[in-house]
Amino acid sequence: MKYKIKAITGAEAAAEAMRQINPDVCAAYPITPQTNIMEKFAEFVADGIVDTELIRVESEHSAMSCCVGASAAGARVMTATASAGLALMWEILGVASGLRLPIVMEIVNRALSAPINIHCDHSDSMGTRDLGWIQIYSENAQEVYENTLLAMKLAERVLLPAMICQDGFITSHGVENVEIFDDKDIKEFIGKHKYKHSLLDVKKPVTHGPLQLQDYYFETKSQQITTMEKAKNEFIKVGKELSKITEKRYYFFDGYKLNDAEVAIVTLSSTAGTSKVAVDNLRKKGKKVGLLKIRLFRPFPYKEIGKILKNIKNIAVLDRSASFGTNPPIFSEIKNALFDVGYKGKVHSYIFGLGGRNIFVSDIEKLFIRLLENKVRDHGFIGLRK
Amino acid sequence: MKLKKASEIPIGGLIDKAGSSLDFKTGEWRSFRPIWDKERCINCMLCVIYCPDDAIPTEGKGNEIKRKETDLDYCKGCGICANICPVKCIKMEEESKRKSKDNK
Amino acid sequence: MNYKELAERLRTKKIVQGHRSCAGCGFPIIARAVLASTDKPVVVSSATGCLEVTTTIYPFTSWNIPFIHSAFENAAATIAGVETAYRALRKKGKIKDDIKFVAFGGDGGTYDIGLQSLSGALERGHDFLYVCYDNEAYMNTGIQRSSATPYGASTTTAPAGKIHQGKEEFKKDLARICVAHNIPYVAQASVSNLPDLTEKAKKAFSIKGPKVLVVLQPCTLGWRYPSDKTIEIAKLAVESRFWPLYEVENGKYRLTYKPSKFVPVAEFIKAQGRFKHLLKPENKHIIEKIQEHVDSEWEKLMDLCKG
Repeated sequence: MKYKIKAITGAEAAAEAMRQINPDVCAAYPITPQTNIMEKFAEFVADGIVDTELIRVESEHSAMSCCVGASAAGARVMTATASAGLALMWEILGVASGLRLPIVMEIVNRALSAPINIHCDHSDSMGTRDLGWIQIYSENAQEVYENTLLAMKLAERVLLPAMICQDGFITSHGVENVEIFDDKDIKEFIGKHKYKHSLLDVKKPVTHGPLQLQDYYFETKSQQITTMEKAKNEFIKVGKELSKITEKRYYFFDGYKLNDAEVAIVTLSSTAGTSKVAVDNLRKKGKKVGLLKIRLFRPFPYKEIGKILKNIKNIAVLDRSASFGTNPPIFSEIKNALFDVGYKGKVHSYIFGLGGRNIFVSDIEKLFIRLLENKVRDHGFIGLRK
Repeated sequence: MKLKKASEIPIGGLIDKAGSSLDFKTGEWRSFRPIWDKERCINCMLCVIYCPDDAIPTEGKGNEIKRKETDLDYCKGCGICANICPVKCIKMEEESKRKSKDNK
Repeated sequence: MNYKELAERLRTKKIVQGHRSCAGCGFPIIARAVLASTDKPVVVSSATGCLEVTTTIYPFTSWNIPFIHSAFENAAATIAGVETAYRALRKKGKIKDDIKFVAFGGDGGTYDIGLQSLSGALERGHDFLYVCYDNEAYMNTGIQRSSATPYGASTTTAPAGKIHQGKEEFKKDLARICVAHNIPYVAQASVSNLPDLTEKAKKAFSIKGPKVLVVLQPCTLGWRYPSDKTIEIAKLAVESRFWPLYEVENGKYRLTYKPSKFVPVAEFIKAQGRFKHLLKPENKHIIEKIQEHVDSEWEKLMDLCKG
């Protein structure tokens, strides 16, 4: 296993993955806290370390539009955004997925307005979960790097766009030791992009993005639905190929000390890291607690999650975003999964960290204790001054 | 036309058959039909280039280019050709009357 | 390009028959003429609108060349992406052909919602031609007012009524906005003058960088006139100096057609139902205001051409 260790932030780790992928075209627009990714990448472009054509667009809507055009022209395409930028792109996210273009995007999770807030929560990427993009969440900079490589190959395999999410400021601006694998090995893993319906294939002209009425739209959407399902298996397959280089396992989720756990917390992204410390602390005291960290959020692995959580008495799902008027996103999915397996325990929903409000190891420890003592509310908030 | 299944069509709504609208005969829209007097025509090509539906085919090269009969599969009967003709050799006649007369 | 040359070139069909534009529609005439002005392969992007909707009703497509539609406001951004991919892949030796890139947008998708993405693409200097087919309203969605709708015209969202007499703002000057981006070529053309339009298109295709053609296109449904008068009405627009034909090459203005005699703009107005409320005696002052505006814009243009 060949790698170098670099002390870099999550943003730089994303840029490293982009460097190794060396996309043909990148179109991006600045927004905190994503800017560091594109700034780092722009340095690579300026120094000729990559041969990417970088389009410095005038808005995120145009960023995704340029990506759509370039991808339909057979280029390998990447971009990055956050929060309001992702919100502005919303229309074109659906276009990218509907046109079945393998665009890969780094998301640095940041709260949506209003009020305006530049810090971490998941309202941005969660808000786009129904648009037909593969969504992968990263706990730390290492995962950002590896998830990006996995996502690139997966997107091109299934012809669906993919986004890799990392926590704004927490992961994106925090320095970690990241193992960067050998450029040549990664290049070989990523392989060449062969797009069959390129606009630039002038001898075989195609029409992309026609008007489809009541007689055909449904069928085209059903293709997306089916392929999204298939993407689960492809995720595993691509993960196994990446494992050959990294010697790590890539699965829909990671169970941490879950095997004999009586109670568990389900979460994703950097809070999973915080939770692991809480788990370890309580395990030292003999408490049987565990963590389920979700990696693949779309497509959502209902069956597999139902199976692994089935026998846990008390579960708390931590969401870093709200879905006003209904259950928050991760909790909704978990509840669905548990229903399917005839879950007999209790599952609770907690919203935390909106707008970058910190969550501490002690908060999670306290929650674990309440779960163990069965003194949990069905719905609650962590860290809110009510 | 029989409607195809989801498994039978390309993904993403792609149309991979270029120019497939040729199968859609817009000539059926017509209420008026252009009647072209070939003898008086000076082959100026104005009707050809201004027909929105490309319904006037041509033959010959360079200055010898000549127009042919209107392609009734696509002519929508807008009347631009009759309006633009400098020698007024095209007249618009009611489609229903002309159809029964010409038997097509 | 003269009529006969254009007619012969039109035999090579980049757009085929069977599209569902209205009888007497102007944009197919424009799109065909522009595309016939180059022998190189062309890739087209289009904004949502009449052109896109009527030529790509699944499973039918009238496009015999590669075509992409992604959304309403981003024809320019989409083609910019295609053009960038072309440059990237060509540099790597993956594409050998010399390809031209054209974006089509209606006035709605260009003057209004598409203005930002057009501005961005022009500023970044992508090598493409943007053709705006200007029918002066959101025609595809039912004749709603756009910033390209002329003063006094009645549209469904700014109709002539008891208090208001149609649009109360003058038409936005898109060509001058494009010229302000310092791009190599901008021109105003009309569907009624194809030799002029094709000369401009030919010139545009020979230039590297961003080019814009704004082409007036009367709409039989929206401007309310019988379908056979599309060319006649476009001609009136040009002759009455309502829509001057000119080009700006590297900032230098040149009039490409000078009307030989004075035609009052009232002649143009009278021919269309969208202005019929202006023919009431109490609205005479509106027609006078329109004439004043046409005159002053013409003077401004003449000064620019001299300069």
